[in-house]
Amino acid sequence: MKLRRSMLFVPGSNTSMVCNAFIYKPDTVMFDLEDSVALSEKDSARLMVFHALQHFVYKNVETAVRVNPLDSPYGLLDLEAVVRAGTDIVRLPKTDTVEDVLNMQDAIEKIEEKIGRTKKTQLLAAIESAEGVVNAVNIARCSDRLMGIALGAEDFVRDLHTQRTKQGSELMAARSQILLAARAAKIHAFDSVFSDVKDKEGFLAEVKYVKGLGFDGKSLVNPNQISVLHDAYAPSQTDVDWSLEVIEAAKEAEEKGLGVVSLDGRMVDAPIIARAKWTLELAVASGMIRE
Amino acid sequence: MENTKKAFAGISKNINLEDRNSKILSSIEEAVKKSGLKDGMTISFHHAFRGGDRVLNAVLSVIAKMGFKDLTVASSSLASVHDEIIEHIESGVVTQLYTSGLRSKLGEAISSGIMKNPVQIHSHGGRVQLLQSGELSVDVAFIGVPCIDKYGNASGYKGRSKCGSLGYAMSDAQYAKYVIALSETMEPYPNLPASISQDQVDSIVMVDEVGDPSQIGEGATRMTTNPKELLLARRTARVIENSGLFKEGFSIQTGTGGASLATTLFLSEKMEEKGITASFGLGGITGTMVYMLKRGLIKTLLDVQSFDEFAAKSLGENPNHIEISANEYANFGSKGAAIKQLDVVVLSALEIDTDFNVNVITGSKGILRGASGGHSDTAAEAKLSIIVAPLTRGRIPTITKKVNTIVTPGGSVDVVVTDQGIAVHPRNTELKEKLIKAGLTIVDINELYERAIQLCGKPKDIEYTDKVVAQIRYRDGSVLDEVKQLAK
Repeated sequence: MKLRRSMLFVPGSNTSMVCNAFIYKPDTVMFDLEDSVALSEKDSARLMVFHALQHFVYKNVETAVRVNPLDSPYGLLDLEAVVRAGTDIVRLPKTDTVEDVLNMQDAIEKIEEKIGRTKKTQLLAAIESAEGVVNAVNIARCSDRLMGIALGAEDFVRDLHTQRTKQGSELMAARSQILLAARAAKIHAFDSVFSDVKDKEGFLAEVKYVKGLGFDGKSLVNPNQISVLHDAYAPSQTDVDWSLEVIEAAKEAEEKGLGVVSLDGRMVDAPIIARAKWTLELAVASGMIRE
Repeated sequence: MENTKKAFAGISKNINLEDRNSKILSSIEEAVKKSGLKDGMTISFHHAFRGGDRVLNAVLSVIAKMGFKDLTVASSSLASVHDEIIEHIESGVVTQLYTSGLRSKLGEAISSGIMKNPVQIHSHGGRVQLLQSGELSVDVAFIGVPCIDKYGNASGYKGRSKCGSLGYAMSDAQYAKYVIALSETMEPYPNLPASISQDQVDSIVMVDEVGDPSQIGEGATRMTTNPKELLLARRTARVIENSGLFKEGFSIQTGTGGASLATTLFLSEKMEEKGITASFGLGGITGTMVYMLKRGLIKTLLDVQSFDEFAAKSLGENPNHIEISANEYANFGSKGAAIKQLDVVVLSALEIDTDFNVNVITGSKGILRGASGGHSDTAAEAKLSIIVAPLTRGRIPTITKKVNTIVTPGGSVDVVVTDQGIAVHPRNTELKEKLIKAGLTIVDINELYERAIQLCGKPKDIEYTDKVVAQIRYRDGSVLDEVKQLAK
């Protein structure tokens, strides 16, 4: 599975951010054409993101675009632009039902066919309502284009008639449901944004919490959050050392034609090796070791 | 024959006159008269009050009213508050300038060619070299000081307009033929320890204000939240950490500005992590450096200029926060300049070219809008000089084929850190290996240039006339480069 710890939100109308976001090296840059863009800026933002997606500086980073809803005057125009410009992922604005995903999939397929795009545009569904959470299991399984589902906490708590707290107990059910649905469908699970960019401690605590739950990563609103998140997702040196030994032992076992070996008295089998590989991938991404 | 000769002047005492040796004069005008200032002479100022300086403008306006002409003004630097000089240039009061920096309207006016003689831009160390060589012979030094006693002992860490170190003024006081100290706070005699000593001061004038405290350190200490500056700072700290110089007892100089301050903070985290302390921090001192001194991460601060109120206050309170003169700091001809003991310096740039030459004086339109400062001094002497700058500023590439103006020659630059890659000077093969081994991506500076051009396009060449408006003096006094007048 691709490493997707950080997904940096970039308002499509913010010229400076659109020009610069790639330098911060998030795992995914997500241009937003929806909520962060004023109605009067919808066209200019779309045009800017259309050009940015095709620029060489965005060739080495995964790109996603959050488009406007298809039932708005902008949704289809957004989709026409970003699928043509080659975005890797389209993030659905608000996903309550399987139908929402399938409608988006149909619209994308039509555009891809029209322009002869062979690389399939992937989808990311944002679950932002009680209905969406309840349907999460089916949503996660409904399309082979779906690479992940994400929690949109602000709208969700409004729908629940409550508000966000530091402890996050109001999100407990949604986070569990979304994570289970994603894991069952073998796709990514992303946590919601942490909006108070000045509260580094609060952000770090939330990152550690959702990492512990099993989330692959988190949507981010400020580039300064990236290094904090990546550091928190970095494995410990002990884990890295152990993983290197595991891979070494596994290589030896393979050469000797053995299925299972023992390392310091612990059995090393396929799941342990897979875990070690994942740890080393994280270690490379965190700059702890070189490939 | 009757002997009318006295043993020596001053033997006749009058015990009723308490202030028989008073140096205090009633006005700037009186002091100027007493100094013997004449047309064509050289007067000097210092820039410890930075943007809050109230001395230079006040003195020049008195001198202009007194009818002086054809003066050379040598200020250790000039800020935007000094735009008033323009009118004195236009009226012929000032016909020559020596300074480290030029900014704002004054910089624009000089670039447009209002002066007949080219402005002499020097480094902080280079200024003392010019004083020492005699090229810059100061007839009257006007030295603004936050506090003074009746006999001329002055310091910068007490009083209302605290500026901290008087490092640049110390060199003026040493070399000028006549010294007039201006102050707003009178301390009881003796006001010791003093930065400017009683045996260097000829006259004292008390004025309403020498500085504006709110402007003296404005903007210098604010910790940045700008993601690009933080990224540059984090990267710079990693370069230092893996340079081979980051070990117990190392020494460092960083400037003001977001990336520099943040570098210091990131570095202090690494120092705490690894249990390393620095032997000294040098140069313009900021609150961040003071914070490190207080935490025991730096043992001594050598302060030629205090960049903010925290540094100014600390200079008076902490015995390990030491004031040094510009001569002790960076003079090329000094018997002992601290920069020669320096391990790492972090510097900024307006432009860097593919030969690693650095411009910190002219902007992208060719206008004078910066300061030479200690840039070329420290880059030349520190074991590791790191230049930090974004690859592009708006639509302007920072990395160019040839800088508009050379202030620091590429030969003294070791590493260039940008947001889109780090370049190491080709002579530093060992350093390059170390940084690569540490996982940092090192690129050729030509690649950075190509990338900048790909992003911004190639800017149109600036059009100049043949008239030279400023000469860039290197630290040894030689002319390193010239700035031409902008074509209309």
